[in-house]
Amino acid sequence: MNAQTHEDFGGATPVFYDLDEHDHPAGGSTALGFWMYLMSDCLIFAILFACYAVLGHSYAGGPGPKQLFELPLVALNTAMLLLSSLTYGFAMLTLERKGASVRAVQGWLALTGLFGLAFLCIELYEFSHLIHEGAGPQRSAFLSSFFTLVGTHGLHVTFGLIWLATLIVQLGTHGIGPDNKRRLMCLGMFWHFLDVIWIGVFTIVYLMGVLA
Amino acid sequence: MSADTLTPAATHDDHAGHDDTGPHGTLRGYLIGFVLSVVLTAIPFALVMSGYLDPTSTAIIVLGMALVQIVVHMVFFLHMTTRAEGGWSFLALMFTLVVVIVTLAGSIWVMYHMNANMMPMSPAAMSQQ
Repeated sequence: MNAQTHEDFGGATPVFYDLDEHDHPAGGSTALGFWMYLMSDCLIFAILFACYAVLGHSYAGGPGPKQLFELPLVALNTAMLLLSSLTYGFAMLTLERKGASVRAVQGWLALTGLFGLAFLCIELYEFSHLIHEGAGPQRSAFLSSFFTLVGTHGLHVTFGLIWLATLIVQLGTHGIGPDNKRRLMCLGMFWHFLDVIWIGVFTIVYLMGVLA
Repeated sequence: MSADTLTPAATHDDHAGHDDTGPHGTLRGYLIGFVLSVVLTAIPFALVMSGYLDPTSTAIIVLGMALVQIVVHMVFFLHMTTRAEGGWSFLALMFTLVVVIVTLAGSIWVMYHMNANMMPMSPAAMSQQ
């Protein structure tokens, strides 16, 4: 047996491959899995954007973007979401610091939540204002697709806020552990992803709408 | 990926301890991303609200800046690299991008032609043909 080994490999040292299944600790693939979810969510928004692009000029004799949209309000909304992205980043930086205090992380998360809540309130104010003016989702194809696209984004922010509140409570009860770090990383991806979608919304819907 | 899955056993210890929760940002990274985003948001809003340029150039600048800002967010906030998760995140992103472009471009193209060529005609217009 011994004499055979090296001859069989043509004199080269054999390389052994480890083909056994490794132990995968819980959460080892969460980041990739959550990214896959975000990508599928991205497709939902792509379809809603496509709907808006197709239906966005069908006013049915009703008001168009120029008469309806108030850009200063949208700019304020954009600022709220952008600031919330920054404060979430600060929360993650605080979390990764050695000996991070739970209070500090919770504080940054709460600030993120307040900015998110401000965003949602401004959006709901805009929606109620539009509906009050008779420009509700049933008025024209343009408004139906507008409410669906922007509303779906708003719904995502709403669920993000619920998730955020849940994690603030969980941090309080369980402290900063690997589990909570993983959860916060997922919510962070979700939150920044919503900001990316919002770039598309304010550019395509509001700016291009008013410009047309 | 075959080279990656068949790495000799010894190097497999490189990613020992999966407790590391993905790539981390830095304070500098977040601030750069934030400042760039503010600039890339403020300019389009200012252009559209002031009407400083003609609509066509404004539209090009607004759309271009949105694309740049999406990349800025991906890099500085979502910490996207071509190597994250062994390249699989980037691959998923590229695949999604292809589907998104096909969905958007396809819908707009097809529906535009339907609109242009299949407008309902009155009986009078039909009889003239």
